[in-house]
Amino acid sequence: MPDRTNERGPDPELKPARVAVIGAGPSGFFTAGALLGLRDLDVSVDLFDRLPTPWGLVRSGVAPDHPKIKSVSAVFEKTAAHERFRFFGNVDIGRDMTRDELLARYDAVVYATGAQTDKTLGVPGEELPGTMAASAFVGWYNGHPDHHALHVDLSSERAVIVGNGNVALDIARILVTPPDRLANTDIADRALHALATSRVREVVVVGRRGPAQGTFTTPELEELAALTGAKVLIDPEPTVAEALAELPDDAEPRVRRNLEVLQGYVSSTPDGEDDPHQRRLVLRFLSSPVELQGSVRVERVVLGANELIDDAGAVRAVDTGRRAIVEAGLVVTAVGYTATPVDRLPIGHDGSVPNQEGRVSGHEREYVVGWAKRGPSGVIGMNKKCAVDTVRAVADDLRLGARIEAGDDVESWLRARQPDLVTGVGWAAIDASERDAGSASGRPRVKHCTYDALLAAASAT
Amino acid sequence: MAYVVTEPCQGSKDHSCIDVCPVDCIQPMDEDDFAEAAQVYIDPATCIDCGACVTQCPVNAIYPEKDVPDEWQSYIAINVDYFAHA
Repeated sequence: MPDRTNERGPDPELKPARVAVIGAGPSGFFTAGALLGLRDLDVSVDLFDRLPTPWGLVRSGVAPDHPKIKSVSAVFEKTAAHERFRFFGNVDIGRDMTRDELLARYDAVVYATGAQTDKTLGVPGEELPGTMAASAFVGWYNGHPDHHALHVDLSSERAVIVGNGNVALDIARILVTPPDRLANTDIADRALHALATSRVREVVVVGRRGPAQGTFTTPELEELAALTGAKVLIDPEPTVAEALAELPDDAEPRVRRNLEVLQGYVSSTPDGEDDPHQRRLVLRFLSSPVELQGSVRVERVVLGANELIDDAGAVRAVDTGRRAIVEAGLVVTAVGYTATPVDRLPIGHDGSVPNQEGRVSGHEREYVVGWAKRGPSGVIGMNKKCAVDTVRAVADDLRLGARIEAGDDVESWLRARQPDLVTGVGWAAIDASERDAGSASGRPRVKHCTYDALLAAASAT
Repeated sequence: MAYVVTEPCQGSKDHSCIDVCPVDCIQPMDEDDFAEAAQVYIDPATCIDCGACVTQCPVNAIYPEKDVPDEWQSYIAINVDYFAHA
């Protein structure tokens, strides 16, 4: 609820404060918005991003066929229009300056740096070409400049996606969606062209546990039913009915709805007939890749069959020793992320930045928010609540009154460190040129997908 | 599509959903109006279908429009109407 602790406006006893927020994704913007909305404190916010562009995963993570979710960017634009807000893009903390240098210029530094370090499978053959991590594949189709040049070979008939969350489903869906359905989205042009000539007919999504343990959200599962030119298969089919039968009455509603949706896919599968032109999306449960094989690139995945055991209340997958071979020329691993490293900011064993209520443990004036704080789960809105929680800690500390009194030389300092600094004006130029190119071709935008193209657009007037 | 707040919200009126809505489409947010309202409502014109509210609702009152149970179908219009007067 709105904070009404002080409706009189800024407390005259408290000096204005300056806060740096690192990472211009949803958590960074929600943090900026919450800081600017504090009634008793006059806070200026500088929002930094490693990329020349803001919006984080709304731009480079959310699938191109999910435009409605992307419309949350209107909220970010409103925050960016605030008079005490500045955007500084193409600045990498750790490369262009240290955390200590930021702390010398800001009263508080909030890390909203996300979780973009892919977890690995830890199996032999994982390094074979043709195998890639989810962040690279997703970045490729979303025009992330770090992944634009990724070589994605779509010349074989089958792809395997390892993982049972929404990222795995996004990747699978993009691979089986008819390219003409993606042509009017903001998908990267290079990916669109590759998908148009894709020979992939079957995508197998592999989950080590059962259908009740997948972390998919129900709408993502339901959406598969609307795929034209592709059918959804469950393997092995009885796992869904068994999971439904064993589901406790107090099960999470999401899990029950997921199983009902999956059961719908089981019962709608026609026997015998098979349209050779139709693509297949197979949800294969109770399987773990134990080895990737191939001579010069990945050719097949060795899957181990699992069974589920109850381990002190947690459902765990245990290898039965049975093996199956699945031929595949593309393997994408979507098995989770750990926090993005930022200039030696600590990362705990659980993959997130150790903190107490948003304060980085053992550090003064440093805070963490979003996926870097909680781990990579929760839909976009969860980061808004998370931002309000962290900002409560920042505000409590700022109310103690200490200020670093550094003056504001930030922009000239940044330009000395990074001549290709992108400010709000530069981003506005990038945004306008992308939208213009989009409206000329019936798309929301046509993304600039390389650093060179982004920086050229930023400096064009 | 959008999400719809149904009958179980009445009498509960927990505001966890409001706290997580990234686009502030769940109203009323104002404390006085919240205290007086029978329940909270989702503005289908603003909702971006992220689903954060669904998982936060302690009384499972929020459904996608197409999945609203038969007995609460009237709430689809009730949510829309709340914003028609706003």
